[in-house]
Amino acid sequence: MAAPMLRWVGRGRRWTFARVDGGSCHRRGAPTGSTSNRIREQSSVAQQPLYTTQKPRKGEHKWAAVVGLEIHAQISSNSKLFSGSQVRFSAPPNSLVSFFDASLPGTLPVLNRRCVEAAVMTGLALNCHINKKSLFDRKHYFYADLPAGYQITQQRLPIAVNGSLTYGVCAGKKQSQVIPKTVRIKQIQLEQDSGKSLHDDLRSQTLIDLNRAGVGLLEVVLEPDLSCGEEAAAAVRELQLILQALGTSQANMAEGQLRVDANISVHHPGEPLGVRTEVKNLNSIRFLAKAIDYEIQRQIDELENGGEILNETRSFHHQLGYTMSMRDKEGKQDYRFMPEPNLPPLVLYDATSLPAGADPQQVINIDQIRETLPELPSVTRERLVQQYGMLLEHSFTLLNEVGLLEFFQNVIKETRAEPKKVTSWVLNTFLGYLKQQNLAVSESPVTPSALAELLDLLDSRAISSAAAKQVMDLKEGNPRAINKLIGLVRKATQSRADPAMIKEILEKLSS
Amino acid sequence: MWSRLVSLGLRAPVGGRQGFTSKVDPQGSGRITAQVIEHLERLALVDFGSREAVARLEKAIAFADRLRAVDTDGVEPMESVLEDRCLYLRSDNVVEGNCADELLQNSHRVVEEYFVAPPGNISLPKLDGQEPFRHS
Repeated sequence: MAAPMLRWVGRGRRWTFARVDGGSCHRRGAPTGSTSNRIREQSSVAQQPLYTTQKPRKGEHKWAAVVGLEIHAQISSNSKLFSGSQVRFSAPPNSLVSFFDASLPGTLPVLNRRCVEAAVMTGLALNCHINKKSLFDRKHYFYADLPAGYQITQQRLPIAVNGSLTYGVCAGKKQSQVIPKTVRIKQIQLEQDSGKSLHDDLRSQTLIDLNRAGVGLLEVVLEPDLSCGEEAAAAVRELQLILQALGTSQANMAEGQLRVDANISVHHPGEPLGVRTEVKNLNSIRFLAKAIDYEIQRQIDELENGGEILNETRSFHHQLGYTMSMRDKEGKQDYRFMPEPNLPPLVLYDATSLPAGADPQQVINIDQIRETLPELPSVTRERLVQQYGMLLEHSFTLLNEVGLLEFFQNVIKETRAEPKKVTSWVLNTFLGYLKQQNLAVSESPVTPSALAELLDLLDSRAISSAAAKQVMDLKEGNPRAINKLIGLVRKATQSRADPAMIKEILEKLSS
Repeated sequence: MWSRLVSLGLRAPVGGRQGFTSKVDPQGSGRITAQVIEHLERLALVDFGSREAVARLEKAIAFADRLRAVDTDGVEPMESVLEDRCLYLRSDNVVEGNCADELLQNSHRVVEEYFVAPPGNISLPKLDGQEPFRHS
């Protein structure tokens, strides 16, 4: 069983980690194999305080944070989990609602095959054990956007359990090293989404749109193996990439297709876990990391000032950068779980247990689904490393930036230049230019073809290596020149200008 | 509401698992405290209203308790009366929806194709002589 990862905290009031690029719980320059070092430090503190001469100031005791995530991913399907109404992001209010979704009496749930397949695929991709028999339950609570008064979920026996998600965290000098980490997956369950509430505070009313009510969700519950915002963000990013590669969810956080709730507590290493709070309303990976780090610090500050942490739900206000209590007047919720009486157990088969002569439409074969799994991001990265000789860190960057991998592969297709050269240009010059101009890959004025031609010129020595070196020097010192350079060369190549002219332009720029 | 409560009691799993009954009746006296009634009313929005209704609840629980007389050691609890049936799997096609007008007709108040609800859940006031407020 993996114990929560503990992090050494330096002196001073703030919970300082080696802050590389705004927040990291990984020590700068720490070699990857330093866990034994850390363990030694921990045990020495347990036996004898490190600060013996002075009265301990605030913030001198070590704190460890424990973060558990509950991730809801909207299943990418045509129709809803238990009804035949459409799943679509924007549509006129209440136009994508069936009688069942509106919870009219006499309606019954009918399970969507595609949603089950999506759950099995996701479970397999996350190394889970797929339960051949899983059950549906009702989770009761009252809210206007839940017309039935309960949500159909899988609380007792979910479809998949005991998996793992491996992700990478940047560490080391200049963030150039990628440390692989793993978080255990407790379970994956199928459940219904609720409708949407639009609060009209002016008229003291709430407007309800049930278009989203009944859409299939995959709830992925992670064990509390994470210890800071950065790890949580990296884990969620990897899950996003996996879901997108599988096609089981578009996992777009901005559109609400991926929602994350974080459970956070702090404690002193060696002591029992602290009281946890739940932070909701996290709709971007960046805010997820910020909210978690803020909440960890808030809890530490509170406890160091002699206060206590309440087991409550808080929401993150990203404009203000803090979490606020969503204190509920109704007290602790009792969901009164009960078996869903209208649905028999969900039974899945594999190659050996598949009943002979069964209607293929009515049975789901886990082995068959396993065979049709597409290439997962971790495999893609491995392949890039093998095929193009790039570093693992580079492959992470290529996959992390939306559209960059496709761009890279298009350049490779059209250029004669060596893959290593292409990698270097795409990740350094091109990506640097995009970041500086705050553009997405899709918004880039430089096309793969243009970059391919430039690289061809370099390769064929139409541009001298000296000029190329000067380009690199320019990059270090003056990013603005690179934009000009790329723009000019692009113009030049598109109008089929003489290579000598390009050389002239470059030399003019570098002077 | 009544039949659902009664059937809940009947379906309460026995043989080791603590169900609905144990919370209410730890000493076997068969009396339910006002605290529990309040809790139930809040949770399920059931109005017990009278002492008679509470007595009926106590009788229902006592009736369900008779299940404990059965020795169920080593017997797997039944999850559902449908557990031997096949769960039908529907193809992922869009066949429903587009009936906003019909659905909105069921609502007391409507604003531009949205259902209108109060700003939040309205919690029940405490049971001190007042009529429990039914949240619509």
